Amino acid sequence: MRRRVVITGMGCVTPLGHDVNSTWEALLRGDSGMAPVTIFNASTFPASFCAEVKNFQLPQPLAAGGKHQHAGRHTRFTLAAAMEAWQASGLGESGHFDPDRTGMYLGSGEGSLDFDNFTSLLVDAWAGNRLNTVRWGELAFGRMNVHRETEQEGNMVVAHLAAEFGLRGPAFNSLTACAASTQAVGEASLLIRRGDAEAMLSGGAHSMIHPYGVTGFTRLTALSTRNDQMQTASRPFDMTRDGFVLGEGASILILEEYELARRRGAKMLAEVIGYGSSADAFRITDQDPQGEGAAAGMRAALADAGVGIDQIDYISAHGTSTAQNDSVETMGIKAVFGQRAYQVPVSSMKGSIGHLIAAAGATEMITCVLALRDQVIPPTANYRVPDPECDLDYVPNQPRKAKLETVMSNSFGFGGQNDTLIIRRI
Amino acid sequence: MTERRVAITGLGVVTASGLGIEELFGSLLAGRPSVKRIDLFDPSSFPCQVAAQLDGFSARPYVPKSYRKAVKVMARDIEIAVAAAYLGVRDSGIVTTGLDGGTPDVDSSRLGCNIGAGLICADLNELGAAVNTSVTDGKFDMGKWGREGMNNLTPLWLLKYLPNMLACHVTIIHAAKGPSNTITCGEVSGHLAAGEAARTVARGAADVAIAGGAESKVNPMGLLRQTLLGRVNTGSNDSPGRACRPFDAGHGGTVIGEGGGLLILEDLQRAQGRNGRIYAELAGFGAACDPEGVNYLKPNVGRLDGAVAAALKDANIQPDQVDLVIPCGTGVPGEDAAEAEALRRALGPRADTVPVAPLAGAFGNLFAGAGGVALAVAAMTLHKQTIPPAVNFETPAEGCELTVCTEATPARLRYALCTGFGVGGQSAALVLKRYQE
Repeated sequence: MRRRVVITGMGCVTPLGHDVNSTWEALLRGDSGMAPVTIFNASTFPASFCAEVKNFQLPQPLAAGGKHQHAGRHTRFTLAAAMEAWQASGLGESGHFDPDRTGMYLGSGEGSLDFDNFTSLLVDAWAGNRLNTVRWGELAFGRMNVHRETEQEGNMVVAHLAAEFGLRGPAFNSLTACAASTQAVGEASLLIRRGDAEAMLSGGAHSMIHPYGVTGFTRLTALSTRNDQMQTASRPFDMTRDGFVLGEGASILILEEYELARRRGAKMLAEVIGYGSSADAFRITDQDPQGEGAAAGMRAALADAGVGIDQIDYISAHGTSTAQNDSVETMGIKAVFGQRAYQVPVSSMKGSIGHLIAAAGATEMITCVLALRDQVIPPTANYRVPDPECDLDYVPNQPRKAKLETVMSNSFGFGGQNDTLIIRRI
Repeated sequence: MTERRVAITGLGVVTASGLGIEELFGSLLAGRPSVKRIDLFDPSSFPCQVAAQLDGFSARPYVPKSYRKAVKVMARDIEIAVAAAYLGVRDSGIVTTGLDGGTPDVDSSRLGCNIGAGLICADLNELGAAVNTSVTDGKFDMGKWGREGMNNLTPLWLLKYLPNMLACHVTIIHAAKGPSNTITCGEVSGHLAAGEAARTVARGAADVAIAGGAESKVNPMGLLRQTLLGRVNTGSNDSPGRACRPFDAGHGGTVIGEGGGLLILEDLQRAQGRNGRIYAELAGFGAACDPEGVNYLKPNVGRLDGAVAAALKDANIQPDQVDLVIPCGTGVPGEDAAEAEALRRALGPRADTVPVAPLAGAFGNLFAGAGGVALAVAAMTLHKQTIPPAVNFETPAEGCELTVCTEATPARLRYALCTGFGVGGQSAALVLKRYQE
């Protein structure tokens, strides 16, 4: 009998709200998180809007004291999300908290570059056709700051969470692009299942809303450029979709071994029963066109959960609103579910909230837990024009009441990384 | 649930001291350092001007002909991983699509990949050339950049720098479609990736996995960041070969190396069934962290004693059964002392007598690449029953009174412990076990 893993707390900071409830309510209302970029002046960029976290400040208990004074933007989001999750779980105050047996597995992205200083150095040390590294070095040590540089490292969010909550257990960070935090929740569950930890803070964080992040996605032609219709620009599975809308944020879940949660009388929100991971191994720019990689991840999760396709009541799609992802994901679902694919509701919240990149999967996992709690499926916003290649039930525009016991969540990353989680009502 | 045993059947290493395990191990036995003055860029204005570079390195010879075009969108970290994967697969005797010729004999869906990666630095010449098309009155002009300047970057520019592109290229080249991950957890990334991949094979989610890490910080940004942290040796520019001295009384900071190591991990029964060469078993893995690690200007080894204790427990062995330690051994004085202290806490009296073989003196600190290379060397050491000598160790620094080997030492070795930690306070430890039929 393997150990069971349950979710006992959740927290998030997203373009739709600074906590779980406000994000969920906005999502069910079909609100849009999109607005012109304010983090830098993107007015001349092909895509000049995005889904920023708005008016966010680190809540006071976290902002006080020196521990997090240098924390970067995505780390601040994560601290607030983790505090919400931690308090909701009650683990810290329960008398059952063992710091050595409590770890972290995050899918957090790199921190934001110190753009102005970094870029001014490229200009000021430029010697015609190449960088004069001697000049660069002379200038850089005066301009660059140890905290701004170090806080960009992938393990820094983990470091701040450990400091805040006094965690001493296993600590990992995965960065498999847009699949990272789904992967993190899956791998964290495996650590608990195996007995390597009894509780894990898991989830993800990312902000790529900075000039080079937006540049990178623009050059890949991955972003929607509907500047004049930004509220409806992200339209997963719709025929007229033209790219994703870049978002940012953080989501954290508290995962616990079932017996620990039971012993301490914790409120169990859902059980993580299946996780699967695969690689397309196809091309650096394209997904496997038949959706075989996506299908392999879903099949692995089903096998891990020991459930059949008939038991999946809802699929939270990756559904980015790019031409390729949404049709490939549809094909993958059909490859796994066969005729059943047409009966399972599938929705993507990215129409409302945008694409939170490394933080996307954990945010979607939170909405899956809430879907189980409220027995309601969050809609795919901005779905108007059916695409013959995307012919499933995408729960367009309106939330839908449904009987939900077991749900699946997909995440796919650039580079062909596929991850799927399955959770069950408890 | 019983877990499967995990064999290490291929060792792919790329370091300044050698490409491929035979070349690297030979260089280590000879005690040769590979640290030199940096010439990949002119470091004259940097306080530290030495590193262990991969001179003349390119991934091209390690990429199937049909895939050579892709080398131009590989950052150096990716090139290192691609070469290490090729060398590891070739060494294992397994045939994948990554080797020109031969029929693949591994099920793609059962071939996993897990690679630790760092914060990949943009090529400053490439980015600078684009940025400098958008300058007005001597200043970067964001408006111009948005309108036209960014078009001077190749469309695939971002894909050079996503850390999961190491695994992406490796999975494409070798058709590794099984469970896949990229760990970005600082210097402990490679250790964690190898440990996690071993679990993947042990629980039966994959039969074979390509696992470890790769990184290059030999570029202005990488060197700047480590210098700002006060970790690099700034006093040995005139004697580069002696710059990195883990646990030695003369240690004065770490030295950046570039490199990586990818192991082929394989279900033991599968390896036995095909009569593959088994270097060692991966028998134990543990990880931990230290809440104090966030104070990253102070030395911190991430509660390494906790990781070691977990790894020994996982391997079901006692401290006195450890025959060899391949430590993180960065050469940063505070870190060396803290690592020695963590080993004493975890191993007790055995810490004073167990042979310790730090590697960074030879080929520098490989950061995310360190774990894979250390594990490869540990596996080779168990296989050859010979401990490679530490480069640049003469007398122990205060607090670092470990039994560091200074000569190639034949020994009866059954269990080897590899330790890793990183700035920020995470740690990992792995136990390898000698394989005997």
